[in-house]
Amino acid sequence: MLSYTPKEIKERKGLVVNPAKTCQPIGAMYAALGIHRCLPHSHGSQGCCSYHRMHLTRHYRDPIVASTSSFTEGACVFGGKANLSKGLQNVFAIYDPDIVAVNTTCLSETIGDDIGEIIRSTEIPEGKVVIHANTPSYAGSHVTGFANMVKAMVTYLAEPGEDKNNTLNIIPGFVEPSDMRELKRMLALMGTPHILFPDTGGVVNAPMTGRYEMYPGGGVSIDDLKKTGSSKATIALGSFASRDGAYELEKKCDVPSTVLKLPIGIKAADAFIMAVLSHTGGEVPTELEFERGQLVDLMVDVHSHYHGKKAAIFGDPDTVIAMTEFVLSLGMEPTHILTGTPGKEFEKDIEDICREGKYTPANVKSSGDLMEMHQWIMNEPVDILIGNTYGKYIARAENIPLVRIGFPILDRVGHSFFPTLGYMGAIRLIEKISTAFLDQHDRECEEEDFELVM
Amino acid sequence: MAVEKKLQEKILDAYPAKVMRNRKKHILIRESGEKQEIAANTRTVPGIITNRGCCFAGCKGVVIGPIVDMVHIVHGPIGCAYYSWGTRRNKGKARPGGKNFLAYSFCTDMQESDIVFGGEKKLMRAIEEAYETFSPRAISISATCPVGLIGDDIHQVAKQASQKLGIPVLAFSCEGYKGVSQSAGHHIANNKLMAEVVGTGEMEDKKPYSISMLGEYNIGGDEWEISRVLQKIGYHVITTMTGNSVYDEISRAHQADLNLVQCHRSINYIADMIETKYGLPWIKVNFIGIEAMSKSLRDMARYFGDEDLIARTEEVIAEETAAVRDEIGSYKKMCEGKTAVLFVGGSRAHHYQGLLREIGIDTVAAGYEFAHRDDYEGRDVIPDIKIDADSRNIEELDVRQDDKMYRLRLSKEKYEELQKEIPLGRYAGLMTEMKDGTVVVDDLNHFETEMLIKALKPAFFGSGIKDKYIIQKMGVYSKQMHSYDYSGPYAGYRGAVNFARDVAAGIHTPAWSYVTPPWKRQPSLVGKVAEEGA
Repeated sequence: MLSYTPKEIKERKGLVVNPAKTCQPIGAMYAALGIHRCLPHSHGSQGCCSYHRMHLTRHYRDPIVASTSSFTEGACVFGGKANLSKGLQNVFAIYDPDIVAVNTTCLSETIGDDIGEIIRSTEIPEGKVVIHANTPSYAGSHVTGFANMVKAMVTYLAEPGEDKNNTLNIIPGFVEPSDMRELKRMLALMGTPHILFPDTGGVVNAPMTGRYEMYPGGGVSIDDLKKTGSSKATIALGSFASRDGAYELEKKCDVPSTVLKLPIGIKAADAFIMAVLSHTGGEVPTELEFERGQLVDLMVDVHSHYHGKKAAIFGDPDTVIAMTEFVLSLGMEPTHILTGTPGKEFEKDIEDICREGKYTPANVKSSGDLMEMHQWIMNEPVDILIGNTYGKYIARAENIPLVRIGFPILDRVGHSFFPTLGYMGAIRLIEKISTAFLDQHDRECEEEDFELVM
Repeated sequence: MAVEKKLQEKILDAYPAKVMRNRKKHILIRESGEKQEIAANTRTVPGIITNRGCCFAGCKGVVIGPIVDMVHIVHGPIGCAYYSWGTRRNKGKARPGGKNFLAYSFCTDMQESDIVFGGEKKLMRAIEEAYETFSPRAISISATCPVGLIGDDIHQVAKQASQKLGIPVLAFSCEGYKGVSQSAGHHIANNKLMAEVVGTGEMEDKKPYSISMLGEYNIGGDEWEISRVLQKIGYHVITTMTGNSVYDEISRAHQADLNLVQCHRSINYIADMIETKYGLPWIKVNFIGIEAMSKSLRDMARYFGDEDLIARTEEVIAEETAAVRDEIGSYKKMCEGKTAVLFVGGSRAHHYQGLLREIGIDTVAAGYEFAHRDDYEGRDVIPDIKIDADSRNIEELDVRQDDKMYRLRLSKEKYEELQKEIPLGRYAGLMTEMKDGTVVVDDLNHFETEMLIKALKPAFFGSGIKDKYIIQKMGVYSKQMHSYDYSGPYAGYRGAVNFARDVAAGIHTPAWSYVTPPWKRQPSLVGKVAEEGA
């Protein structure tokens, strides 16, 4: 497995090997699915839309529906205006969404289609809405695409309200529908009125009823998106995925924003609760304090399973940043830390976290790829790999366990249903990390070391 | 037939006028007495939720990607390399002393500055770095959309790199916007393999019954199962194209005595070109299902005409069929009387109908994403196919007889005589397989999928990942026929058993009985619950 990857690390300037990121449009498509009755539309070649739908479908094992402008060579020469205009009209006539969210591709960006102008000059049926985000595949990553589409929701829909109400806007970041539900559960326990957007809960993890709903019940409503401009504050979770939308709300509608880490792990979950409290006042409900106590209890009880172990962590920046903080709080050592998404602030955030955790990681990098991550591990071995499904090649090559978190998870189930955010999410992650170590031990230890109780 | 006709009308009625006029030509109800024409390989109407992919997917994803000992560099922004990495299940093994890069993904990851100033330098650098790090047998470059738009000359870069490094570097101008589907990419890939690889390999010692297997991608290990049987009979497989293939084997493809064409759409170009250039004929085979597999083996033996080979073929057929008969029979009992819809591949929607029939399932609707008229109607229509602007942009190679290496395998008389018995250079198409009243749909889309299911209520829908869960939400078992839902092999005799077992499990898994909760089955509610699809 990966046996041609050399141990010696040489700088590469032209070649990415085994990427740790993908392109913007898929993130935009995922964000758009978090609006109720929204059909994402991909303005580019059919293949883009097809690839994005396939990958999201593999991850969620649920229908991911989106339309495309179906570019041909002619459209590249003459521009994609006719394709988008006619495409939108067909979409409303045949599929009847309430809102269409257009994302661009490297094709339509390179030829320079002006999407805003095309939308304005297209006859859209009464009461229907079209929004768009520019998502050039040659800049940023899928996380950037997600951020851009969230920002577009604000740009197009948020309405400035003179009198702010008691509601908090929550931008959950590029996370699972289960995580979005968990955030809403926590906010409900705290009695906090909120608008969470986007919200893919119930859209990409819909139940089997024997009836197919093209637009399932979930998703944030257009009305709620309009109302975000009247909320008292916005809490953006994960700076890479959520900050742009929050800042846009601040700029457009004067809604103050707080940018936090994704609430993965005890520290980040605490910070989230404290941030909510700072806006709402009052007390933390006993249920949440109870869950927190259970988490700490578990951290004490099973620390011997993982304390002092070295971890390599890769994936999307917001997930990796929060995960790094979490493994430090578990007494583990985040030795190699990498994201494929560009952004120097990633390195800075990781350095700050590690300084606070009094640990110096061996390698930290943004814009990295998984071949480099593998080479780091070959040079300085770790005990566990934490990241998405693409880590399985390295895990097998180095015979270390892989704990799957983030996007995409193409080979295991569970992520759509069980959160990794909040206190309960942290408990689940500890279960996964602990189990991964113990399973490997049980499989590989000498017979005389095989034990019933661990 | 009344149901199907009504279905056709209902679908078309729901469309805006222009879309209706377009789609009308892509949907037909089979009537064997009439000469039926279907529109295919034409543009998808923008806005329609199509299952189609792009030219890049057909070239790098389908045809080039499976070659195991090449480094396949995707020139473009990161997405296309990422999505075509490890997602197609084209399995492969390194040859002794050789390499296998299938677990890797290589990309130039073009950034904004590369789009503005051009990406040729970065590409050259990427090729050099790939060579220094991995020293592959050869390198491919596949272009993504922006490459053609900004005018990077990937062919010039490939030429320079090849001269500098001393290994073949193949450049494919397979930008996603070319053609109307994956199909254009197949053609572009075929052309390059023909022009630069086939015929360059050194002669092997001549082995009897040398064949190559074209349009077989070793999904889920299909090629290994087929080869097991072929080798048992005594065939020598020179290469597959391109499942589990290596560069040198493909370069010797001209040395075979017979080409087998499995997936007609993706590979018929090269089969034709090899015949013209090297005098090596092809037959259309179908290794899916017991009867089809046996028939293909008999056709092959008939082609070689050797009595020993024919006898050995019968022996192996008897042995292999006996080994699977009972198990297939048990699955047939579970599936008898059910119906299926198939929407997959460049021959699969045809091939799987036989295997389904063997387990008692009739196919009531079928079609392709990216086929041409000849895949539906048979190759006889090729002279009548109008070439439109989208197809005209895909190069047709001018291939001629090779003075040195042309070797006529069959005399003209013998060829014509054999053509009466076996599908030599011929393919009759999907529609011949389909009974009157069944539905044939080209470029089936999301809306039509829903309508088909509601009207036909099949028990099995063989399609792809994008519509699988839509179909299942409607209460119908759907299997990904591109990836076999990570099972397989499905080809050959043992493959047929795997398929039958999986289909029987999919239809009968207990989960289906829990779809309606008990409280919705209370007597007071009878008649109020909407039943759909199930």
